[in-house]
Amino acid sequence: MKPNIKIPDFSNTAIVDQVGVEERASRFTKRSIKNETKMNGLLLALNMIDLTTLEGKDTVGKVKQLCTKAVHLHEAYPGLPTVAAVCVYPSMVGVAKKALGDSGVKVASVSTAFPSGQAPTQVKIDDTKYAVENGADEIDMVISRGKFLQGEYNFVFDEIALIKETCGDARLKVILETGELGTYDRVRKASDIAMYAGADFIKTSTGKISPAATMPVTLVMLEAIRDFYYKTGKKIAMKPAGGISKAKLALHYLVMLNEVLGEDWMNNEWFRFGASSLANDLLMQIMKQKTGIYQSSNYFSID
Amino acid sequence: MAKDDKKDNTLKLKFDSARNLAPAPESKSIAKIKPQYELFINGSFVKPESGKYFDTINPATEEKLSQVAEASPADVDKAIKSARSAYQKVWSKMPGKERAKYIFRISRMIQEKAREFAVVESLDGGKPIRESRDFDIPTAANHFFYYAGWADKLNYAFPTKTPRPVGVASQIIPWNFPLLMAAWKIAPALATGNTVVLKSAETTPLTALMLAELIQEADLPPGVVNIITGAGETGAAMVSHPDTDKIAFTGSTDVGKIIQKAVASTHKKVTLELGGKAANIIFDDAPLDQAVEGVINGIFFNQGHVCCAGSRLYVQESVYDIVLRKLKDRLETLIVGDPLDKNTDIGAINSRGQLETIQKYLKIGVQEGGEIHQSSCPLPKKGFFCSPTLFTNVSQSSRIAQEEIFGPVLSILTFRTEDEVIEKANNTPYGLSAGVWTDKGSKIFNMTTKLRAGVVWANTFNKFDPTSPFGGFKESGFGREGGLHGLMPYLHLD
Repeated sequence: MKPNIKIPDFSNTAIVDQVGVEERASRFTKRSIKNETKMNGLLLALNMIDLTTLEGKDTVGKVKQLCTKAVHLHEAYPGLPTVAAVCVYPSMVGVAKKALGDSGVKVASVSTAFPSGQAPTQVKIDDTKYAVENGADEIDMVISRGKFLQGEYNFVFDEIALIKETCGDARLKVILETGELGTYDRVRKASDIAMYAGADFIKTSTGKISPAATMPVTLVMLEAIRDFYYKTGKKIAMKPAGGISKAKLALHYLVMLNEVLGEDWMNNEWFRFGASSLANDLLMQIMKQKTGIYQSSNYFSID
Repeated sequence: MAKDDKKDNTLKLKFDSARNLAPAPESKSIAKIKPQYELFINGSFVKPESGKYFDTINPATEEKLSQVAEASPADVDKAIKSARSAYQKVWSKMPGKERAKYIFRISRMIQEKAREFAVVESLDGGKPIRESRDFDIPTAANHFFYYAGWADKLNYAFPTKTPRPVGVASQIIPWNFPLLMAAWKIAPALATGNTVVLKSAETTPLTALMLAELIQEADLPPGVVNIITGAGETGAAMVSHPDTDKIAFTGSTDVGKIIQKAVASTHKKVTLELGGKAANIIFDDAPLDQAVEGVINGIFFNQGHVCCAGSRLYVQESVYDIVLRKLKDRLETLIVGDPLDKNTDIGAINSRGQLETIQKYLKIGVQEGGEIHQSSCPLPKKGFFCSPTLFTNVSQSSRIAQEEIFGPVLSILTFRTEDEVIEKANNTPYGLSAGVWTDKGSKIFNMTTKLRAGVVWANTFNKFDPTSPFGGFKESGFGREGGLHGLMPYLHLD
């Protein structure tokens, strides 16, 4: 953390009006995205994906296949971008790292006893250390929601700061699990705590809890990022995850990003979609834009 | 580290790409505008006695859309006579539940033709299609729907009273919400058993004339609704006609005063809905991002051509810097352009005359020492357009803080305490609306009891519903439209 960033009093974080934020979020969906703007948006969204597999039944074979998909999204359309990263459990980081090689696609690993985060801090540090040592470029940690809801904000803050230290050069994504926080006010507070504690990204959800990412929740977090930027001059990245499986919804998110944080955030260094099935819908729409007709889902690989 | 590193200009958010979207125009072809429109009197379209017509143009392109008849005093007389006859022979005798059927029918037909109405509204008036499609037309239909429900329940609306219709109503509407204002006027009048002569505004007659066609198609008895077009002279004839019983006017305070003088010492009932200079108040404990959004919508909705627009912003000094910064960034994301493009946030100014008025006030604001801040969004080369504008360094004594501009211009002032802002907010000849932004419920109730305004919104702005009464204090007028209160001006209650 930069020494010039002053830690604020988190009992005093900005408040959020539920009705207002939901109204504003729905306004972005009224934008009509056509032609070249649409094509650019689809390609950009593709390039922002953290292609994810986080299952108990993940195997070496599954992860390898996913990595191939990450680099070769749809060979029928030459020149497509790759996704941004592949996101796996720590045990699969080595496999993914090897499979992705020098493709430029990053390896992200969940850690800190994902998805519940209900483990001693030392276990979380070890979990993270293991992922980083195996070559993870990015760490997706979960916050201790239990402690947060108990009001132990210092605990949550310190834990994030410790994990950030453990990350070394790896970028840290902090998952708030907004579906368990309950109100926009708490989402805002958790966002502030994460950013001031050293998060490089703030991320909505694990994908294991419903609701996962929604537009209003993402808007609250984007506004928190904007306020943090106003105050400190430091850019923080955003990652909505879970529940974004359609191209149209992804475009709505990009409209929102563009209108809240502006074009400096419109790339995969500063914005990601945590998703598994979004890629194929984007590919289908991209082919539709290119050829004028929808193709059967059978033409798009499922990995 | 050098101090300069912390300067604002190093941290500017950029929104060019957010505004630079591929065109997404709504199709014009659905709007079937005739080359010429006549007056709708006694159930049919008749030529004006004068034989005179005037043009109505598209303010976004300055191209002529159509020409409409100019009603002379003789035409007004004809219209009022037909309304009187329909009142005496048909409408006042018809049971409420039968009247309701006609009004429900009008509502449903507006919904069926909503897209056509929306396109014509945007073509003729310059408002963005997003607003005419999502606000004007649906709300107009809702108004008819709501008042249709009251038609057979008037005795229950006013227990212990015997409600009777007043007779023939002369109704004059403005150009900012042409169809919606027609609905506000016609729906309660019909529900209560009155007949009407309605004059649309000079620059925006088309949707009212489409409504006339729709009413003809709905088979409403001839003369119950008469819709005429013309300018001030036509309106004056409607007000001074001896056989009208009720004047309903929405428009400027200046004209409102003339009307009130004209009807003094007559039997005519009057409601006036006039200008405003609403205070929108942000306290330091407000949800700031949502407040900023509300302020933006409060002033830039319909290019600021809204009588209840939140045109004076009061910000508590402790949050002034951050609010101003957020406002400026939000201003940059607004898309000014073709009203028919679905992505347009701010369309065309309604007329050349209004554009000149707004530009006059921009000059005055600068001369008075106000600091002007405008969006960098380029304006279309043709048509009447005005950049959304913020003024800071504005005082209570500045003209831009006192007079109604009726355009996309926000004057920003600061305050320190609750008492101070109440005093400042009420320090205006107007009193139509106000907005309060705070997370504290008790503060909201304190403010709403002390602000002298007909509508006070809390943590939102510019929300309209047929069930909610709307109207002014002081020089913003009197009488209420909407809700149960909106029935009263059209009834004798004894």
